[in-house]
Amino acid sequence: MINFSEVYKRYPNNYEALSGLSFHLQEGEMAFLTGHSGAGKSTLLKLIALIERASHGQVIVNNQNLTRLPKRKIPYYRRQIGIVFQDHNLLQDRTVFDNVALPLIIAGEKHREIGRRVRAALDKVGLLGKERNLPIALSGGEQQRVGIARAVVNRPPILLADEPTGNLDPELSREIMQLFEQFKQVGTTVFIATHDMDLIQTLPYRQITLDSGRLAERGL
Amino acid sequence: MSFFNFSLKNHLLRHLQVMLFSLGQLWRQPISSLMTIIVIGIALALPAGLYILLHNVDKVSGQWDDATQISLFIEKNTSSDRAYALNKELQKWPEIKETIYQSSSQSLEEFRQSSGLGALLDSLPSNPLPAVIIIHPAENNLREDAIGSLLARLESLPEVGLAQLDMEWLQRLRSLNKTAQRGITILGLLLSLSVLLIIGNTIRLAILNRESEIRVIKLVGGTDAFIRRPFLYTGFWYGLLGGMTAWMTILISMGLLNGPINELSKLYGSQFTLNWLAGSLFLTLPTIGLCLGILGAGLAVSRHLKAIEPQ
Ligand SMILES: Nc1ncnc2c1ncn2[C@@H]1O[C@H](COP(=O)(O)OP(=O)(O)OP(=O)(O)O)[C@@H](O)[C@H]1O
Ligand SMILES: [Mg+2]
Repeated sequence: MINFSEVYKRYPNNYEALSGLSFHLQEGEMAFLTGHSGAGKSTLLKLIALIERASHGQVIVNNQNLTRLPKRKIPYYRRQIGIVFQDHNLLQDRTVFDNVALPLIIAGEKHREIGRRVRAALDKVGLLGKERNLPIALSGGEQQRVGIARAVVNRPPILLADEPTGNLDPELSREIMQLFEQFKQVGTTVFIATHDMDLIQTLPYRQITLDSGRLAERGL
Repeated sequence: MSFFNFSLKNHLLRHLQVMLFSLGQLWRQPISSLMTIIVIGIALALPAGLYILLHNVDKVSGQWDDATQISLFIEKNTSSDRAYALNKELQKWPEIKETIYQSSSQSLEEFRQSSGLGALLDSLPSNPLPAVIIIHPAENNLREDAIGSLLARLESLPEVGLAQLDMEWLQRLRSLNKTAQRGITILGLLLSLSVLLIIGNTIRLAILNRESEIRVIKLVGGTDAFIRRPFLYTGFWYGLLGGMTAWMTILISMGLLNGPINELSKLYGSQFTLNWLAGSLFLTLPTIGLCLGILGAGLAVSRHLKAIEPQ
């Protein structure tokens, strides 16, 4: 589903954030992306979301070669990927409902369908009662769950998360991880960058570990 | 077919939603929106108002188009047969549309009637008035230089004592009007450009204000067209409302001017009323406004949207 081969990423300041990276993620697989701060985790996810482009090598996601994807096709490509951020990136002047509805509105979904799907997504993250609230009226964990609802509302085959539990206490973090597991169970490919080793040691999923932009040796 | 209808309806509905959403956004910041709209309105009203004035001057001078005429006073010693023949000859000139021959006795009769000095005239031993040929130049010969050379040719005829151009001031007014027209066109273009810049700048600020929102929309798969649309509609509303404001500004100004002008034209015994093109301006000003609005917004959007990418 996600296939990196010999991928290099050099930023405009000539810093090489990723060097010769190759790995493969199966369809429906759930995996963690770990590594020290500055190892290149966010950079890797940005390549998948086409926020950045690889300087060298090939990235193939859902059978699409990202190196060759023209700019005008990027929006349609991104609709296949749900992205969750540490700082949730919610629109502060829109209600929870409107935030979650955004991907559906963009895709030109019908009005009735939007209402149905937004409520289903909010139900899944346990926020059905808060759809009329503004994000500011929610706790950090609740805001994170709104971000997750927005990422999954149009049922993308791939779900990316960059430190989704970074600001949360262990209890909430575990709840969020359980949420991600539920999406894996319905066939979504889930890829989560995280620092939270204590949490993921208890979970039976693959870890892809970066060390200064390279794949760390297995078992390290 | 039914699918097409459905998706077309859906599409129009979506546009309508964005259009109303953009209007709502203006409404949410009434003071700053109003100020922008008024500035646009004034910038559009100014050239339009001047254009109206000019149009009216043109209309007035148009009423006197036939008034451009040359009076040829025939030498006293020219026989009336010769004068009559000269009249016939002049009618064949291409520069001349028509002539009116007025014998000296007709001149006398006219003078008697218009002056009321009949008794005095009757007491004169002979008719002191010359025969007159009144010449209306051909329409394409009304320009100042053409009239001038016609006048010179007529004056050099041996039978002619005096060739007198009436309404020279009308010619001057016309050429003045032309100059003014060009000035207003330039002014109009400059002010349109400033409207373009005002709207462009307003939209630029709106884009910067919603920078984070634009990033999020791009991240979840919003196309450029989707992101552009509300800003174009914002420009559309600014332009449209600005154009309507311009129209109202002119409406009010003309209302204030109408009384004094009617009085003035009554004093001059003229039928003149101020025609301020209400109907056509009602369409023109908002149309120009919204075109400028969409164009200004489009320029701002194409310049500033590209720079905003998700990080
Ligand atoms: N836009 C950029 N321009 C230049 N260098 C960058 C840019 N973004 C990231 N880097 C550098 O690339 C390296 C990897 O950054 P990245 O954000 O991918 O690390 P990370 O593994 O996500 O770290 P963290 O765990 O702290 O989030 C860092 O050294 C960072 O300074
Ligand atoms: Mg990071």
